[in-house]
Amino acid sequence: MKELLEILARALVDNPDAVQVNQEEKENAIVLELRVAAEDMGKVIGKQGRVARAIRTVVRSAGGKLGKRVVVEIVQ
Amino acid sequence: MSTKEAMGKTVEEAVAAALAELGVGREEVEVEVLEEPGRRILGLIPRGQARVRVTVKQSGAEVARRFITDVMRAMGVEARVEVEQKEEFLYMNLSGNNLGKVIGRRGDTLDALQYLLNMVVSRKMGEHVRIFLDAEGYRQRREESLIRLAHRVSERVKRTGNRVVLEPMTPHERRIIHTALQNDRQVYTLSEGEEPYRKVVVTLRR
Repeated sequence: MKELLEILARALVDNPDAVQVNQEEKENAIVLELRVAAEDMGKVIGKQGRVARAIRTVVRSAGGKLGKRVVVEIVQ
Repeated sequence: MSTKEAMGKTVEEAVAAALAELGVGREEVEVEVLEEPGRRILGLIPRGQARVRVTVKQSGAEVARRFITDVMRAMGVEARVEVEQKEEFLYMNLSGNNLGKVIGRRGDTLDALQYLLNMVVSRKMGEHVRIFLDAEGYRQRREESLIRLAHRVSERVKRTGNRVVLEPMTPHERRIIHTALQNDRQVYTLSEGEEPYRKVVVTLRR
């Protein structure tokens, strides 16, 4: 799922090398922290968060069978 | 993506050399000038050479196929990707087993992928590219079932006189319901609420 989030983010931003994803396994959730270059924040969030919502939908769907909640956090 | 660097006495000559090596036409590439040929001063200092980098442009279909293939691999889904260009639109269809993950609940994952695909390809191509993504004919089936739902609901509204609020739908799905009932003289349809929870309401026409 980390790889999936990286692929999605890299395709959307101007600075693909600055994309970093950190995956953390918690008891009942998998937390993915996405970091991008400051000027690319808007590109992964989108108007009214549409891009972020689409990213979350796809990543959650990919992790659906794991029985854990998948959380995508976009961090500064 | 194939790229070639070439030199020549002028930029034009360098580009021509690169095109000859790549075997493509001028309109199929992007040219980056790395070095302009130097100015000759009083005919004493020899002119420097022009150096260019020529890159073959990918088509929208290729960029789209690449992106969706990478995404599906990372999702652990195996599927065949078909791309068809009709007028200015690209139609992509995925076929394979277990495409449930790609479609999602009521097609929400398919819609999300389609949205991202449009963003990514338009950005890469530097122009707005409209792409429709389907998996195993899901959208066609969904459209048929929405039309059946519309007729069923309109019958219920006529029978009971009560308005019926449908579940939240995407703009495209709501349009299918509105269109299915637009010629029905006894009921009329409208949308209520805010995206992404906007719903179609079917009521008696008065």
